[in-house]
Amino acid sequence: MKSIILKSLLLCAALLGAGQAAAQANLEINTPGIAAIQGSMQRRHGELAPLYASGAVGLTRDGNVALRDPAAVPLAQRAAVNGLIAAENQDRASLYREIARANNHPEWEGDIRNTFGQRWIDRAQAGWHYQNATGAWARK
Amino acid sequence: MKLQTNTNRRVAISALLGGAALCAIGAGCVTINIYFPAAAAEKAADRIIDEVWQLKGGVPTPPATGAKPDAK
Repeated sequence: MKSIILKSLLLCAALLGAGQAAAQANLEINTPGIAAIQGSMQRRHGELAPLYASGAVGLTRDGNVALRDPAAVPLAQRAAVNGLIAAENQDRASLYREIARANNHPEWEGDIRNTFGQRWIDRAQAGWHYQNATGAWARK
Repeated sequence: MKLQTNTNRRVAISALLGGAALCAIGAGCVTINIYFPAAAAEKAADRIIDEVWQLKGGVPTPPATGAKPDAK
């Protein structure tokens, strides 16, 4: 009798321990879905990098990118740049959602977006523009 | 004798039920109380940013504010 109780308690402890360890270690980001979004963003970055450098496009507080200075983009290219920004923001939204889902916590999407928003800005190159805490544009 | 067996069975069932209840309560606590792992999320964000911006071996980047440096 005691052994049944003991066994079930041990099993319980093992299961709970494993769950907590998984929650505290790393977030799961190695899924095919996340890799695909990451690849798409990496390919797009070649086109976005000069726009960050010129100040045409900046990093927003909420983990997106936005057209900061339309005048920095020749009129003929403006539609293309807007398309790039829209595609990038779509990928970023999918990325945040997929990471939350891959970790079985869809409700973390907003927190993940905020974390990324901060890290994109922290790691941006000198000269790139970002939104500061008040929402105003600043230059690194 | 029969009474004894019945009692034994009843005790066994209640022990199993008790174990199951403890499990359920424990699992419930974990699910409800789980906090957003901010440090792990920062690490995950940095790994993805490294890839997307191709930062590995490139320009040194400032460490995360508030996150503990982790030895690799």
